[in-house]
Formats: sequence, structure tokens, C-alpha cells
Amino acid sequence: MSFASNDSATKQSAGIAITAEEIAEQGITASEDVARYALYLGDDALMLGQRLSHWISRAPELEEDIALGNIALDLVGHARFFLTYAGTAWGKTEDDLAYFRDEEEFRSCRLVEQENGDFGQTIARQLIFSYYQHELYSKLVESQDETLAAIAAKALKEVQYHQDHAAQWLLRLGIGTEESHRRIQEGLYYMWPYIDDLFHDDDVTAALPGIAVQPSSLRENFDRRIAEIISEATLELPQVDQAWGGDRSGEFSEARGHILAEMQVLARQFPGATW
Amino acid sequence: MNAPQADHLKAVSDAALGEDEQAAQNYFDQLISEDSRVEPRDWMPEGYRKTLTRQVSQHAHSEIIGMQPEANWITRAPSLKRKAILMAKVQDEAGHGLYLYSAAETLGTPRDVLNQQLLDGKAKYSSIFNYPARTWADIGAIGWLVDGAAICNQVPLCRASYGPYGRAMVRICKEESFHQRQGWEILYELSHGTPEQKQMAQDAVNRFYGPALQMFGPPDEDSPNSKQSMAWNIKRFSNDELRQRFVDMMVPQAEALGLTLPDPDLKWNEERGHYDYGKLDWNEFKSVISGHGPCNVQRMQRRRAAHSEGAWVREAAAEYARKMEAHNAELIGA
Amino acid sequence: MSDTTQNTREWPLWEVFVRSSRGLSHVHAGSLHAPDATMALRNARDLYTRRNEGTSVWVVPSDAILSSDPDHKGGFFESAQGKSFRHATYYTKSEGVKHL
Repeated sequence: MSFASNDSATKQSAGIAITAEEIAEQGITASEDVARYALYLGDDALMLGQRLSHWISRAPELEEDIALGNIALDLVGHARFFLTYAGTAWGKTEDDLAYFRDEEEFRSCRLVEQENGDFGQTIARQLIFSYYQHELYSKLVESQDETLAAIAAKALKEVQYHQDHAAQWLLRLGIGTEESHRRIQEGLYYMWPYIDDLFHDDDVTAALPGIAVQPSSLRENFDRRIAEIISEATLELPQVDQAWGGDRSGEFSEARGHILAEMQVLARQFPGATW
Repeated sequence: MNAPQADHLKAVSDAALGEDEQAAQNYFDQLISEDSRVEPRDWMPEGYRKTLTRQVSQHAHSEIIGMQPEANWITRAPSLKRKAILMAKVQDEAGHGLYLYSAAETLGTPRDVLNQQLLDGKAKYSSIFNYPARTWADIGAIGWLVDGAAICNQVPLCRASYGPYGRAMVRICKEESFHQRQGWEILYELSHGTPEQKQMAQDAVNRFYGPALQMFGPPDEDSPNSKQSMAWNIKRFSNDELRQRFVDMMVPQAEALGLTLPDPDLKWNEERGHYDYGKLDWNEFKSVISGHGPCNVQRMQRRRAAHSEGAWVREAAAEYARKMEAHNAELIGA
Repeated sequence: MSDTTQNTREWPLWEVFVRSSRGLSHVHAGSLHAPDATMALRNARDLYTRRNEGTSVWVVPSDAILSSDPDHKGGFFESAQGKSFRHATYYTKSEGVKHL
């Protein structure tokens, strides 16, 4: 069926960009160390994509259903890149890793696992994570691992938009009404205790100089930039202690089990099935 | 501040002022008889405007409510690829709803009014979305059968006499072509998978086939408004013509899937050159569309919840815009 | 503010124009609602360019657009009718003469 039309505003194309299938087919095998690092990146993106996708059909306005859907779609895309690449080290597919690992085998940070809450809480989580991810990918594009660098290059452009989306909403909620100011401020307080998790160097990152980005190296820019936007939104930078017990070696939030129970339920009913 | 759309839309009602109504009607009739297009600021008979507003907004509501059965499976999609596809598809549906609201607004009714009609239960939407999506195979059946029926309905609407509606349909049809294929592919994978998967696929087709045929609306003899819609070049084919076309397309597609269509009376009629098909349960249709389907209550509840829980966000953004405008005005004044 | 509750909550309407590739004009794609210009641009990206339909997007408040000849009675464009001498095809004597 074709819909010939002179209306150039509907001319479509798939565009040119890296895909998960290409990573699987290019025949490159990640080392064990690189794969462990790729899991960090992939699991964060997967958990947040899963969380955000819940907003689709529930957003404050239809335009926002689409915006949040776009961001969630980007994140699931990033997860597919990183998990596919990680899987090459162990002969596993992205789906083996997403659907058939148990809770303690995931390596996501606690921030991305936190509940959506209201729109303010979601935007607070988006703000922190997209600002972090922006710093991260800005450096990962220089990784000596070409695949990680290529994924980061694609993801960085998308994350720039996620960051802008979060910042625009932070301003509107912070400056908008009394109620919105209160809600976004509460959202920031809710998410703030999980920030440190993002910036821990550990044996995985330390084993990959020049390949992995050392998380602690991102902290200064992150702190400065996030403080600026929070102040511009007339909000207060939360002064709270960090929550105990958050590293990626197996510490995780209560929420993770619920996220995985929902995400994995069907795939696990039919192990080995194709979809 | 005025309602923002007011100026944009006011011209519509002013259009015929000071003019001879008959001359305007003649011009409209001429446009229709030439199979030309009617554009927003043209004079049009009230019936035409009302019919279109109702049809286009119902169509928009259907897209928006239609997001729900599929959104239910985004978080449980069985592979990351399917998850991504489904997210893109449901997101498209929000987009299609917006294209259609955008077309409906050009007829003079603002989106918030149309939306309120939906929330108040005064506006209808396609009854198919009141059926539950219980299994993953239902996502396949919705794509293949429901989107398939929708496309069958929509392709002729690309030539609808009302310009903005036709243009919205062109955009929607272009985007929807992937929706039906991905649904068919889901069912194909299932029907070529384990016996349990195949059973899941057959069960979904059994449940969605009848309601999908009903998406074309009541039989022609019970559809009195269709004639007028066709005379106005809004509709190009009758309900039964489109339904027949759809059945004829589905039979070979079901065969290619290795699944059966749940209709014992379905058989090729050499004389007519079409498939004969069994009677549909129109009592069920009437009951579901008037609010008594399996999920009517949940669908409406979710829509209302999204709207009311989002109110503070919409207000905040509007208030921010006002503050910024005031701030800028002050800077200019200073 | 003297606005009704409804007006304080509803976002204004914007018209969206998309340039599909370099070298082409922006073409009207449709409309959307957004609280302000910044968000309108972002919503336009999400709504009208999900499949690479655009390299550039314009948004314009719908009420900022003035329309010619709102009644579409044709008078506005009548002057251009019948002036075939504005078109090259009017001049037939030069048929067969090259590069003219």
C-alpha cells in the first residue's frame, strides 16, 4: 500500500544510526571486564526505561505521553546496545540478560529503580539521571573501546534531549504554582539520597582505564550543573545525607524485585521460546 | 487573556455573515460535486460540521483509549525488541489522537471541550477497546485484526472531503502500515512456536475477530447516517462493503499464519467473488458500545485519573508561561 | 487574573511547520497544544518528526496567523485569473526557436 503524497512534511525515513542487531552481528566479543561494565550501563538504562514506560497512557497531557514515551524508548534502545554487547562475552543475547538474570545479578543503581511517584518525582529522577548520563556519555565517546564509544555517541545525542526535557519541566514546576513548587521539591528530596551511588569507582571501572569512565570523575561537573538548574528553578538544593548501602556489587532497592517480576513474567513462563 | 484558540476559530462561524446562505450552500455543494476539498474557513452546513466533529473526535478518542490495552503489555513484553516496538506503536497512537484532535479543532470545537465530552461519557469511542488484552497474543491480534480493520476503514478516509481530516488520515495511514505488520508478525512467531504459544495465538484471534468485524459499524440497513456521510464524500464505501473487503483480505492472511478464523459459515462464494461470512452478534456490539463491555469502566477511569492527576502539572506550565510573559513585558517596559 | 479556571489550565494552540530536508520550504504539518513556545517546539519534534520527517521545525501561535479571504469567495484571488499573458505558454509565435 502506498500513500503517494506531495506533502513533504510526511516524508519518512529510518535514518542512520547504530542498532542492537548490528552490534550482535559485527562479530566483536567484549572482554569479561568490559562486559561487566556494559552491564552497569545497560541495566541502568533498562530499569529507567521500564519505569518511564509506565507513564505511557497516564501522562498529564497527551503531548507528554509522547515525550515520556520517546525518552523511555531511547533508554530501552541504549539498554539493548549495552546488553547485546555485554552478552558477546558470555554467548548470551540481550534477552537472556534482561529476562533470565535474577535480582542479585542486575547491576543497576538504586536511583533508577525508585518509584515513579507523581510527575514531580519522575522529573526529579529524570533530572538527576539525565544530568549524570550526559556527563557519562560525554566522556565515554572517547573510550578506547570502539563499541562503547559508538554506543555513547548515539546515546549522547538522545540524552541531551532527555536532559533538556527534565530541565524544562524543572523550571515550570519550580516556578509555576505553589503546588508544583512543593511537589517538585519533594521529588528532589525523595531521589537525592541515591545520588552517591552513581559516582562510586569500583573494581569494575578501575580494571578498565581508558575504556570505562571513572564515575568519580563526573561528580564535579554534575554537582555544578545540577545546582545551577535547581537554583534557576527557584528550588532548594536538598541537604540530606546519602542512603546507606548502595554499590553495584549486589546492593539494590526493594523495588527491583517488583520491576523484574513484572518485566520477566511472560518470558519466564516460556523459557527458550521465540517471540 | 482570551481563550487562545478563539481568534483562530472565530472566522469559522463568521464566514457566512452578510452573505446569502443559499449562495454559500451552492458553493459548498459545488465543491462536493467536483470532489474538491472543504477547508476550515469555508462555509459548511451545520450538519456537515456536526457530523465531522463527532466522527473525527470519536476517532481521536478511540486512538487515545486504544493506547490502554496495549500499554498494559509494554512492561511485560517478552523481548526487548518487542518492548521497543510496542512502545513506539502506543506512542504513535497518542500521536494519531493528536493529529485527529488537531483536525477536529479546525471545525470550531477546542480540544479541551472534546476531551471533556470523553471524560463525561458523552462521547463514544470504538467499542473494540473495551475488550481486555489478556495475553501477549492479544497484542498480536490487536495489531493484525484491529489495526487491520482500522486501516481498511481509514484508507478511503484519506480522500474525505474535509481537507484537515483527509490530511490527518494520510499521515496516520503512513504510520499505521507498520502496526498491522508487527501484529501479524507477533502471531506468526507464536503460531510457529510451542503448542502453548500457538494455542495462545488462536485464542486471541478467536476473541478479537468478531469485534474487529464490528468495527466497521452496523449493517448498512441499520446505519441511516451512512448515506448522508457518503453524499458528503466523507465516507466513500458503506460499512458492509468495507467489512467484506476486510474479510476477503483476512482469510489468506490467516492461512499464512496457520490459524483459523472463528466463523463456521466462512466460505468462498464463487458467484459473488467474495467470502460469505456468518452473522455477527449485534446485541453484544450495542451493549459494549453503550458502556457494558468487559473494560468500559476501567478504560474511562484510567483516562479520568490521568487527566485529574495531571491537572497540577498543566496548571504549573500555564502559570510559568504567564509569569515569563509578564517578566518579559516588564523588561521591555523598563 | 480574570481568567476562568478553564483558561488557566488549557494550553494554547500552535501551528507546526516542518522542513523535511535542506533546500525545501517549511510545510504546514498540523497543530498541537503547549504551554509556551519552548515546549511547543519540543512537542512538535516528538509529534511530527518521529520518523525523520524533519530537519527543522517552526511553531507559530495559531492566533498569530492571519488568513486571506476568510470567506473563500474567491475575490481575493480574482485578479490573477485570466491574465494568461503572465505565463510563458501565452507566447506561441516563438515555437521552434531554440533557447527562448
